[in-house]
Amino acid sequence: MDARICVPCRAFCNRECRDRLSGFEPLSCTPVALPTQEVGGKPNYNFGPIKFATIASVFWGIAGFLVGLIIALQLAYPELNLGLPWTSFGRLRPLHTSAVIFAFGGNVLLATSFYVVQRTCQARLAGDLAPWFVVLGYNFFIVIAGTGYLLGITQGKEYAEPEWYTDLWLTIVWVTYFIVFLATVIKRKEPHIYVANWFYLAFILTIAVLHLGNNTTIPVSIFSSKSYIVWSGLQDAMIQWWYGHNAVGFFLTAGFLAIMYYFIPKRAERPVYSYRLSIIHFWALIFMYIWAGPHHLHYTALPDWAQTLGMTFSIMLWMPSWGGMINGLMTLSGAWDKLRTDPVLRMLVVSVAFYGMSTFEGPLMSVKAVNSLSHYTDWTIGHVHSGALGWVGYVSFGAIYCLVPWLWNKPKLYSLKLVNWHFWVSTLGIVCYISAMWVAGIMQGLMWRAYTALGFLEYSFLETVEAMHPFYIIRAFGGGLFLAGALIMAWNLYKTIVTPAAEIEAGVTPALVPAE
Amino acid sequence: MSLWNKHAIFEKNSILLLIGVLIVISIGGLVEVAPLFYLKSTIEHVEGVRPYTPLELAGRNIYVREGCYNCHSQMIRALRDEVERYGHYSLAAESMYDHPFQWGSKRNGPDLARLGNKYSDDWHRRHLENPRAVVPGSIMPAYPWLAKTELDLNHIDQHMKVLAIEGVPYTPEMIEKAASDAKAQGTDDDPGAADLVKRYPKAQARAFGEKGRLTEADALIAYLQHLGTQVDFKVYDDKANLR
Repeated sequence: MDARICVPCRAFCNRECRDRLSGFEPLSCTPVALPTQEVGGKPNYNFGPIKFATIASVFWGIAGFLVGLIIALQLAYPELNLGLPWTSFGRLRPLHTSAVIFAFGGNVLLATSFYVVQRTCQARLAGDLAPWFVVLGYNFFIVIAGTGYLLGITQGKEYAEPEWYTDLWLTIVWVTYFIVFLATVIKRKEPHIYVANWFYLAFILTIAVLHLGNNTTIPVSIFSSKSYIVWSGLQDAMIQWWYGHNAVGFFLTAGFLAIMYYFIPKRAERPVYSYRLSIIHFWALIFMYIWAGPHHLHYTALPDWAQTLGMTFSIMLWMPSWGGMINGLMTLSGAWDKLRTDPVLRMLVVSVAFYGMSTFEGPLMSVKAVNSLSHYTDWTIGHVHSGALGWVGYVSFGAIYCLVPWLWNKPKLYSLKLVNWHFWVSTLGIVCYISAMWVAGIMQGLMWRAYTALGFLEYSFLETVEAMHPFYIIRAFGGGLFLAGALIMAWNLYKTIVTPAAEIEAGVTPALVPAE
Repeated sequence: MSLWNKHAIFEKNSILLLIGVLIVISIGGLVEVAPLFYLKSTIEHVEGVRPYTPLELAGRNIYVREGCYNCHSQMIRALRDEVERYGHYSLAAESMYDHPFQWGSKRNGPDLARLGNKYSDDWHRRHLENPRAVVPGSIMPAYPWLAKTELDLNHIDQHMKVLAIEGVPYTPEMIEKAASDAKAQGTDDDPGAADLVKRYPKAQARAFGEKGRLTEADALIAYLQHLGTQVDFKVYDDKANLR
C-alpha cells in the first residue's frame, strides 16, 4: 500500500495496521506489505472504509435533515428564500433530496454492504485501495453534485439532478463498488451467498442500469457544465420515472432490506424467519418494482396502456413488499421481549413496521382513482417521508447503532438511554410530519376539484395554498424533532467512539432495567 | 422439497445470481419503455408544434436552472377540474422537443402548461421581482437577480447544435442565426423579427422588459409567454387522436 494513501486512512485503520505504520515516513513512496487476508485463521476484516462511510452518513444525514427543515420553513414563510439564487427553494430542494437519499442513504449502504459482505462471506474485502476509492470517490461525487445545485447546475430531472461530468465520475465509482462487492462475494469461504448479499447485489447492479439509462446526455461542450438529455418529452418522462421509482425500489428498498436481513437477526439473536419467503419475496420484489414507474404519470399524456400496466404492477407489488415485512417482523419470534430493553432493536423493528405501512400506502396511491386526488399534492410528500424517515431512517439508525461499537471495538453503546430519547423524539417528529401532510394533501386535492352549487370551481389556486399554511408549520416542527433526534444520535456515537472500552463496560450510564 | 433446493444454484454461484437479477430487472423496463419509441399512436399528430426559439430556449434553461419544476407542473391531466382551471389537457406532442421534459410532480404553485398569454409581460416582471407584490399570499421565492443579470447568449448556437443531434428539427440556418434571432425577439420593432417569425411561426417578438438590454428575466418571460400556445385547440381534432 502506498504510504501517501495511508495517511488519511491511519485514523481509521485497526490497531494492527497502525502498528505496521508506526515509525513510517508519511511521504516516502516505499511500498509496505499488503495487509494479510487472514490473521490467526480468521479473516482480517477491512474496517477502515466502513468507519469513514459510517461517520460520513451521520454527517450528511444531519446536513440533509437540516436543509429539509429549512425548505419546509420556506414553504411556510417564503421570506426565508432571502431573494438570493443559492438559497431559493428551487435550488435547495434537490440539495435536500440528494443529501438524504444519496449522501446519507448512500453512505449507510456503502458502510453496511462492506461490513455485511465481509462478515457473511468470511472474507476480507477485495482490494485494498479500491474500497477506499469507492468510499472517498462517492463522497467526492456528493460534494461536486451538491455544490453544483447551489450554483444552478442541474439536469432538471428529479433525483437525477447531477450534470454529465458528475454522472461520469459516479459511473467510475459505482463500477468499482460493483467489482469490489462482487469480488468479495466470489472469494467467500461460505458455500452459500447470504440473502442480504442478494439484495445488495441487485441494488448495485440495478442502480447502475438505471443511472446509465436516465443520464444519457450530450454535453454542450467539454467546458460547459450544461448537457441535454437525449430523450425528450413523453419518452423522457417514462424513462425518468422508470429511474425515479426504482431509485426508491432499489436504492431505498432493496439496499435497506439487505440491512434488515443482516442487522435484525443479528441484534435479535434469532435466525431469519423464513428462508423460502426470502427467496420468493426477493425475486418477486425485483421483478415487479421495475414496472411500477408509470404510476407517477396517471392521467398524463402517457398512453393509457402504460399507465394501466404501471398501476397493475404497483398493486401486485404490495405482496412481495409485505413478504419482506413479515420476514423481518417474524424474525423477532421468541425475542419480542427484547423490544422493551433494547431501543436499538426497537428502532429496527419499527422501521419494518413503517416499511409495511408505506408499502401499503404506495399501492393504494397508485390506483388511478386515488392518484387523481393525491397526485401533485402533499400526500405524496407525506407518503415519501413515512418511507424515508420511518423506514430508511430508522433502519439506518438501527444499523449505525449496531455498527459503531462493532467497528470501534466497544462492548456496547455509550448510552442506551439516549437511543431511547432519539427513538421517541424522532417518532413524535414522524407522526407530526406525516399526519400534517396527509391532511394537507387530501385537503388540497379536494379543494382543487371542489365545485359550487352553480357548477363553478369553488377555490382559486391561491386559496388552496393559503389553506396549507398551518400544516406546513406542523410539518416543519415534525422535521425539527427528527433533526433533534439525529443530533442526539451523533452525540451518543461520538461518546461511544471516544470513551475507552473499559469505561463503557463499567457503565458510565446505568443500563435500562427490564420492566417486571 | 426439491424445487426449493434448486435455488441453491443461485446461492452458490454469484455470476448466475447476477445474470438472473439482470434478466429479471430488464423485462419490465423493456416492455414499458421500448414501445413508446415505435408505437405510432404514442405522440399525437398535431399542427403548430415547433422547436423553441433561441430566446425561449435560453429562458427554458433558466427555468431548469432555478428548479421551477420542483413546484410547478407542466402537465394538465385529463380531469374535469384541471381542464376548467388550466385549459385543454396537455398533449404528448406539446413537449416532444423538451430536453428534458418538465412535467413536474408537485404543485406548490399552479400548473404552467398553458401559462402563455394569460398575464402581461409587466405582470411577470413584477411577479418575478416579488411574487407577493402581485399575488398576496403567494409562497413563491422572489427572483430579483434575473432582471439584473444580462442574458448570456454566447454559446446558444452550440446548445441548438446539440439539440439538433438529438432530433430537434433545428436547421443550419436557425443555428447560424441563433444569437441574432434571440436579440431580434427580445427587442421592439427589430428588423430581424419578420425572418424570426418565418423560422419560428407565432414567435412573439418584443421587448419583454427594459428596452435596450436583454436580461435573464426577459428570456424567461419569453419562454413563459410561449407555454401552451402552440396548438390551436379550435381546430385540433380530439377524436382523431384517441388512444
